[in-house]
Amino acid sequence: MSKKVVIPIGPQHPALKEPASFDVTLKGERVADILVKVGYNHRGIEKACEERTFLQSVYLVERVCGICSHSHSTCFIQAIEELANLKIPPRAAYIRSLIGELERIHSHLLWLGVAAHEIGFDTLLMYSWRDREIVMDLLALLTGNRVNYAVNVIGGVRKDVSEEEKDQILKAVDILEERTKYYVQVATEEVTLIERLSKVGYISHEDALKYGAVGPTGRASGIKRDIRKDDPYAAYGEVDFEVITDDHCDVYGRAVVRVKELMQSYSIIRQLLKKLPQGPLSVVAPRLIPAGEAVSRYEAPRGEDIHFVKSNGTDKPERVKLRAPTLANVQSVAKMLEDGYLADVPIVIAAIDPCFSCTDRMIVAVNNVSTAKEDRMDWKTLREFSIDWYKKNRGVDFTKLKKLDK
Amino acid sequence: MKIIDKVINWARLKSPWVIHFNAGACNGCDIEVVAALTPTYDIERFGSILRGTPRHADVLLCSGPVTRQLKDRLVRIYEQMPEPKFVIAIGACACSGGAIDGCYSVVSGVDQAVPVSMYIPGCPASPDAIIDGVVKLLKSYEDSLKQADEKNENGK
Repeated sequence: MSKKVVIPIGPQHPALKEPASFDVTLKGERVADILVKVGYNHRGIEKACEERTFLQSVYLVERVCGICSHSHSTCFIQAIEELANLKIPPRAAYIRSLIGELERIHSHLLWLGVAAHEIGFDTLLMYSWRDREIVMDLLALLTGNRVNYAVNVIGGVRKDVSEEEKDQILKAVDILEERTKYYVQVATEEVTLIERLSKVGYISHEDALKYGAVGPTGRASGIKRDIRKDDPYAAYGEVDFEVITDDHCDVYGRAVVRVKELMQSYSIIRQLLKKLPQGPLSVVAPRLIPAGEAVSRYEAPRGEDIHFVKSNGTDKPERVKLRAPTLANVQSVAKMLEDGYLADVPIVIAAIDPCFSCTDRMIVAVNNVSTAKEDRMDWKTLREFSIDWYKKNRGVDFTKLKKLDK
Repeated sequence: MKIIDKVINWARLKSPWVIHFNAGACNGCDIEVVAALTPTYDIERFGSILRGTPRHADVLLCSGPVTRQLKDRLVRIYEQMPEPKFVIAIGACACSGGAIDGCYSVVSGVDQAVPVSMYIPGCPASPDAIIDGVVKLLKSYEDSLKQADEKNENGK
């Protein structure tokens, strides 16, 4: 009946703070198709790590993302420590977890504000960002910087938490808990919010599993997966907390999961501070990291973060590979927007809490549509290309496997 | 100076509308720009509001080392802004490339793409530094207007 219209949005657009471009195909007012073009923020950090020593790379990797900087730095450093066979002192593990939880609080409050802004609820944006400053002040107090805390060193942490700082953290957590209770009330009682967010960006449990959604996006569709519980790192094995899930499967569910996770974070921080063991802050780390490969996982505020580090026995990594949570979640956006309204596009994209500076990883010629097709490969071509590549360069013949597959 | 010019200059100095553009930054500086708008810092005290389109803006707050993908787009955004326009480079990356300097897909610094009026260092530049930068920029613009005015008076 109605004609299809393509609306290009971006790369500069007021909806998100980062450059990303979307081609939204509309049928009437409903979304028929959406093409997400990312890559504008690609800086080449993985390659740059190969030029720097392991310790320098830690600080570079921290700058992959300005929101979950501690996540990337800890994830990377865990891989290095696995390679070097270092066991960090318990106090260092506790401090890492503490900063990680403070970061989760700041990231979730930030998301709450951005999501509220996308639906035109600017009062909530101002409220949650005002409360977020309490956490930012705490992080500045504990580490010396508001973002990019640089609290990790290979083999431990750089800075201790004093008794006075402990008291300040506990006081701030009390205030934040009080405020979060108010947000829980808003999220569960405010009719406009519930009406606006319910049934928007729906993705069923099966689809969420199929598209590999992680973090709060997956947990809002009932996927009970949290690296802090499944594969405990730092001090998470010694604290008691719940993995929050929800069965709404929509943007409302994602908001509820995040607000409830805030309450869990406060409880974790209290337990960490109560149990904080005495002892040294770090162990001596070798300058040369033994050859080998390691994969490390970390539950960032947005979901599971995976780092792969390969060392060749020198002081520089041979290969670093990052998989940020947004890369896992961005696939599901197209499914969520299927048959949705154009007005829902910003909030659905914002609901996965996208971070394109983490995700952007290659340059695709987006300017030139005619060559863009040639630059991309479908699964079959890519497979054949890799079989040829291994045959030519490594002398391994996979053609037998190919036959088996058929 | 004509009375209409005086009114225009007064309005310009009291309402520096800003646009924010992320040219490959890590989000750190961008979030700090937004934090500067929220109650604790509240840049609206100085008449600034964040606009979504470059055609409404006087000041371009640009963060990030400028990736090759975004260089042309940054120039286009700059060209769409009405005169007089100012660019503020926010953060170490925007000033000189910072930690990302020398990577294969960045051009290292906003001044490689568009003329920059002010540099705010820091990783990330804190909201107070950003507000300080905007206020100092306005002061220097006011001074330059006064100087031009005096020159005209003397010329007569």
